[in-house]
Amino acid sequence: MSVETPRATVERAIDRARRAGASAVDAILIESDSLEARVRAAEIDFVTQARQRTLGIRALVASEQGTRSANTSTSDLSPEAVDRMAAETVTLARATAADPTAGLPDEPFAAEIPDLALFDPADRDVDVEMRIQDARAAEAAARGADPRIENSEGSQIGSNFSHVAYGNSAGFFGEYDTASHSLFSEPVARSNGGLQRDYWYTVARRLSDLEQPDSVGRRAAERVLRRLGAKRIQTSEAAVIFDPLTAPSLLSHLISCVNGYAVYRKTSYLADKLGETIATASITVIDDGTRPGGLGSKPFDGEGLPTRRTVVIDRGRLSSYLLDSYSARKLEMKSTGNAARGAGSPPTAGSTNLWLEPGQQSLDEIIASTERGLLVTELIGMGFNPVTGDYSRGAAGLWIEAGEIVGPVEEITIAGNLSEMLMDVDAIGSDLLWLGSTASPSLRISKMTIAGE
Amino acid sequence: MASNQGGEIAVSFFRDRYGMDDRSLTRALDAALEREVDYADLYFEYTVRDSVALEEGIVKSGSRHLVQGVGVRTQVAERQGYAHSDEVTVENLELAAATARAISESPSKAHAVAVQGTGANTSNLYPVELPPTEVPISQKVELLEAIDIYARGRDPRVKQVMASIVTQHQNVLIAGSDGSLSADVRPLVRLNVQIIAEGAGGRREIGYQGMGGRYDFSRLLETATWRELVDESVRVAMLSLDAKPCPAGTMDVVLGPGWPGILLHEAIGHGLEGDFNRKKTSAFTGRIGERVASEGVTVVDDGTLEERRGSLNIDDEGTPTQRTVLIENGILCGYLQDRLNARLMGMEPTGNGRRESYAHIPMPRMTNTFMLAGNDDPEDILRSVQSGIYAVSFAGGQVDITSGKFVFSVSEAYEIENGRIGAPLKGATLIGNGPDVLTRVSRIGSDLELDRGVGTCGKDGQSVPVGVGLPTIRLDGITVGGTAS
Repeated sequence: MSVETPRATVERAIDRARRAGASAVDAILIESDSLEARVRAAEIDFVTQARQRTLGIRALVASEQGTRSANTSTSDLSPEAVDRMAAETVTLARATAADPTAGLPDEPFAAEIPDLALFDPADRDVDVEMRIQDARAAEAAARGADPRIENSEGSQIGSNFSHVAYGNSAGFFGEYDTASHSLFSEPVARSNGGLQRDYWYTVARRLSDLEQPDSVGRRAAERVLRRLGAKRIQTSEAAVIFDPLTAPSLLSHLISCVNGYAVYRKTSYLADKLGETIATASITVIDDGTRPGGLGSKPFDGEGLPTRRTVVIDRGRLSSYLLDSYSARKLEMKSTGNAARGAGSPPTAGSTNLWLEPGQQSLDEIIASTERGLLVTELIGMGFNPVTGDYSRGAAGLWIEAGEIVGPVEEITIAGNLSEMLMDVDAIGSDLLWLGSTASPSLRISKMTIAGE
Repeated sequence: MASNQGGEIAVSFFRDRYGMDDRSLTRALDAALEREVDYADLYFEYTVRDSVALEEGIVKSGSRHLVQGVGVRTQVAERQGYAHSDEVTVENLELAAATARAISESPSKAHAVAVQGTGANTSNLYPVELPPTEVPISQKVELLEAIDIYARGRDPRVKQVMASIVTQHQNVLIAGSDGSLSADVRPLVRLNVQIIAEGAGGRREIGYQGMGGRYDFSRLLETATWRELVDESVRVAMLSLDAKPCPAGTMDVVLGPGWPGILLHEAIGHGLEGDFNRKKTSAFTGRIGERVASEGVTVVDDGTLEERRGSLNIDDEGTPTQRTVLIENGILCGYLQDRLNARLMGMEPTGNGRRESYAHIPMPRMTNTFMLAGNDDPEDILRSVQSGIYAVSFAGGQVDITSGKFVFSVSEAYEIENGRIGAPLKGATLIGNGPDVLTRVSRIGSDLELDRGVGTCGKDGQSVPVGVGLPTIRLDGITVGGTAS
């Protein structure tokens, strides 16, 4: 049983690993309390409550040839278990090869822990019944929106409170609280024997920032109703518009290509492209870990370095990769404060809050200016290859002719190459929407291959 | 020591380490039954997972993870209450039981049936000499280094080798309010090899192969075994360097044997999971007894195959696994069930109640899903296609269970012209409609193969290891999404 403070547990792990022979150590303790519940029709489907704590330890053992490293994690936090795991980490590190690049960061650690509004203490007393009531309200709004909605996968709420404590043998220690709350609704509609599902959701650091439950249910209902009667279309080339729910997936593909590890391994088509034009001039992409209330914000990164704002694409030009200290050293650059770290994994590079700067047009205006094309509302499959940029995914959406939506389409694929797609963006919406840590306004790509019948 | 009774070992493990004897288990279940519930169960887990990874010619890092915890679940009609904790103590267990029972409002004086049992299973599908997580790390490091040297020697165009070994040893104990006690010890090993090749004009491509299952780690050390895996990765990477863009449109497709069985997993399997059918949100809802595939097509889910990645002695609710026929000679005939959905649908559990860990509620999930062999010669099947695509391997897939639309990405494919295999193709995605795709099967090969043991299935945020299998089949008129017109 551990009654020690998070700081004491982290410092104990660092101390024991040092005593076992590590030349440098860092440790992270993540504690979380979570609540999840789903309501389907008028019935509760499930309620889950839990408390979880995981300690992650990374030990580095320096030698003349380089540094050996290993990481471990344990959910057994008894002092004996922590001591044993710390010693085991060092033993494990000694069995790996010396790597001249490994080590704690050389960059200065975060000097202060800014308050980024990642948690509202008032939400701590969140009442389970009240949150279940939110799910009921969303479910009722979705089911009541139209007689064709006679079923659902349910409406689900989640509340998670976490405490992150990180320290290393170079003397840095920092800790902070975060929370996230969500409400998700997924109705099922039927007409002429055809069954469709779709969803809408809201997620925020503070309960009071969530979209109203009945609004979540209604928007989910609108989305599923417009899919009814979906048809296939002929194979052709046409414009493709991504809405704010599907457009962030393109940024996720981009993130996998500007990640420092993919760059130094050359498993990214953007390796060696720094400073070059990789997108049309209207595209600017920013990563900012300091955005107040951001779902990807953190006061310091997974190695204790301050987070910051990094322009990734500056008016079409690739201006920075996303780096932790290891990938930065490999590329002879400096960390961008983008070390991502879970308790169960060593640091790696990742995005924080990443978005594409919005334009001037509304989605309706973009649709109205589209002669012939597809508005993608859902994507399935994993058809993106970061090495080549090749892109091919399953899609469903709405077909546009002469600036008007003519009806829903499905069982089609859209294909292209990300390098060309980013050059071919010819309209950017004003509708930037944060539904996660990656956000995008609506985007139109002038031409992609759409495969159907 | 070789053990045929992993379950008994797990029972004594949880008793000795955490004091979870029959009496403590019964007491915790009694606490869950202080409100009126239909059923309650406890799920204890102790898992060690380790991995070593090589890149740039060296094993840069090793990792080891210890996961322990317990989940307490109650069921009342369609409702489930779940609480879990990573502190496995009698006090915490009773706290979790109090949280889990809160979904029921009616107090009850019922008691759990006293828990009793040895945890012994009738047979053990995966006995091992040594837990794979106990194999000295030096053996794993040496294997990865040998793979790196061998791979680089295969072809000068090999620019990067990334290889990793992941092993896992999971102990589970499940006690039910009906007095049942089940337990299992589940080893799992996996070896991954990824090759980056660079060809003319600096073009780069990836070749990947993996293998694994529930067997002794020493099997991966057999030279012929890992060399074959490396040869395959190198071959696919080199092939991709010469691949041309895949055409788009509707065409005839021949699927090769083994891993392309992912088609069954996505197009059929998910839609037959009990939860979606109980809720009537699957494209297969209410279609039992109907024809959903061509004559000759029989699809099964079988958790009882020895040593397979998707196999289990018992599922995560303690039900022994079984072979369930999903489609027999083209007719839909079965669902995959966990306890809750089987009870609500008036059916029997099929041993498909699975969960990622103690921190997750069980759901109906697949084990090893495959199509039985037919009579056609695979060579004849290829020769029968005038113009189409031969898809040999896939990178992954996904399905929308409600509309039935599925998609999967091809990682190795060729064009077929006049019955002959032609140029390799890249960037192909197949898309189709689950209830319809197997009616397009026109030939079934005699060459059923199961995959190499790399499948991981995601559902509702939970990942579990699965297997798939397929003989060579021909599908008439499938949509292929490529970039070439």
